Amino acid sequence: MAYKGNNINPQRFDRGQIKLYVILAPLIIFMLLPIIYIFCHAFKPMDELFAFPPRFFVQRPTLSNFANLSKTARNAGIPMSKYVFNSIIVTLAVVIGGVIISTMAAFALSKMKFKLKGAIFQMNQAALMFVPTAVMIPRFMIITGIHVNNTYWAHILPLLAMPVSLFLIKQFIDGVPDALIEAAQMDGANTLWIYTKVVIPLIKPAIATGVILSFQQVWQYVESSNYYVNTDGMKTLAFYMTSLVNVNNVVAGQGISAAAGLIMFVPNLILFIILQKDVMNTMAHSGIK
Amino acid sequence: MKTKARTPYLFLLPYLALFLVFIILPMLVAIGLSFTDFNTIQMPNLAGFKNYINLITQDSIFMQYVLPNTITYALIVGPGGYILAFLVAWALAQLTRIPRIVLTLIMYSPSITGLLAMQVLWRIIFSGDRTGYLNSYLIKFGIITEPILWLTDARYLLTIMIIVGLWSSMGSGFLAMLAGLLNADEELYEAGAIDGVKNRFQQMIYITIPTMKPQMLFGAVMAIVGCFNNGMIGVQLSGSNPTPGYAGQLMVNHIDDYGFIRYEMGYAAAVSVALLAVIFFFSIVATKLFTEKD
Repeated sequence: MAYKGNNINPQRFDRGQIKLYVILAPLIIFMLLPIIYIFCHAFKPMDELFAFPPRFFVQRPTLSNFANLSKTARNAGIPMSKYVFNSIIVTLAVVIGGVIISTMAAFALSKMKFKLKGAIFQMNQAALMFVPTAVMIPRFMIITGIHVNNTYWAHILPLLAMPVSLFLIKQFIDGVPDALIEAAQMDGANTLWIYTKVVIPLIKPAIATGVILSFQQVWQYVESSNYYVNTDGMKTLAFYMTSLVNVNNVVAGQGISAAAGLIMFVPNLILFIILQKDVMNTMAHSGIK
Repeated sequence: MKTKARTPYLFLLPYLALFLVFIILPMLVAIGLSFTDFNTIQMPNLAGFKNYINLITQDSIFMQYVLPNTITYALIVGPGGYILAFLVAWALAQLTRIPRIVLTLIMYSPSITGLLAMQVLWRIIFSGDRTGYLNSYLIKFGIITEPILWLTDARYLLTIMIIVGLWSSMGSGFLAMLAGLLNADEELYEAGAIDGVKNRFQQMIYITIPTMKPQMLFGAVMAIVGCFNNGMIGVQLSGSNPTPGYAGQLMVNHIDDYGFIRYEMGYAAAVSVALLAVIFFFSIVATKLFTEKD
């Protein structure tokens, strides 16, 4: 049989691909329908939410669920804008702070020579397995121990060090040629200059991936608001949305809940759509050897 | 590159400090606490292996429900979701660019919906009365006559959790494997064709998987973490901890139950350590499977 190529990343459509579409079709439906559904549900007016038999698609979309969402917040005493504000501060701090510390650490681990290098990288790689929910209690005690409960720090500090982000960025920096860095050193550049002016501009895809991964974590983080922060005015939007959903079990609340779910989900989706090329580019370097 | 001896440590310092305080230290504290009877009010006393012995011999809920549930859930959603993610990535890699990007987005988006949207969404779909979507359609097509209480009936909860778990299992590991597949080395496939590799399936087994072992391992790690991180889903779907008849009780919920509801922190810590051990076990298996032997 003549070699016809490896079928990977074909330039044109051919009939061989039809069977792949056929195999994928049921899965596409299974993955996609719930997503379409939550979009539809969030925009349904009251009578469509109550409709029997229930309809899948929205007929007359309305923003009333979103309006009710902020109205509920006003009735609860703390305006929703306060939660939004808290979430924005915390999210920005985690995303920016996280990227800075993991690029710095990744640069050291990838390009510098020192004694503990191998051990630290191995330890971080093992920590890829880390499941935060398993250690909620000790984390709670540490947060209390360093006296940061009821501050923004309680939301921010636990999420800053993200092993997967360091791992991916380090693997990406490995691909930056040493010659470039040596040339800069020959010209008399110091390490900080090389980090900011040579390495950072070359690893934008990895930074984008770090941004996305830490955004996904922090935007939906409710553990800190549940356990480490008691003052209502210091809690985050994710917490407020979750509590709203948990008190609105009835059908009338379904629209509001769907709207809340959508507010938590859509930023993730948009960020991924914008940065998906960078993410794929980074993931090509993701292998664990 | 050459640097002063302390420079690498200065660059590592902020990350490493936070890493030690919020990732390593909690694990050590969990291990330490698990040997005490800490209850948040009194000073903890050393209890030796008492918590572990109780966990294995006294805690019938743990042995009867929590552990079997966790193993069932983890075995299906972990390896199952992982194999599914690989097969989908493999199929997508063989499509043209535009449909591939669109389908990648469709497959990946469930994994980023987040616990809240997931909870809302699946609670409405599986809602227990006639207006619930699944019930309404099943009644319409005459498959059932009475609505089923999907989320509060102990018989269905774990199955539904597994379905939701699989639905959201195509995260970064899936993207990594897709990227690995797309960077395949053309020459290897040519050589394979000469050596008698005939179809797409043989290509996958003999060429694709061996050449992308590193990505496969990354994918496996992400699959394990993802499946244990979603542990709260049973409580969120059914709306109560413990879940109805302990049907959807996983180890994470058991920790929450003992730690933050009953305040038996020492015991909860022992369950945490057991959970970490389970995760560690899975990771060793994955590493054994996919590490290059050379």
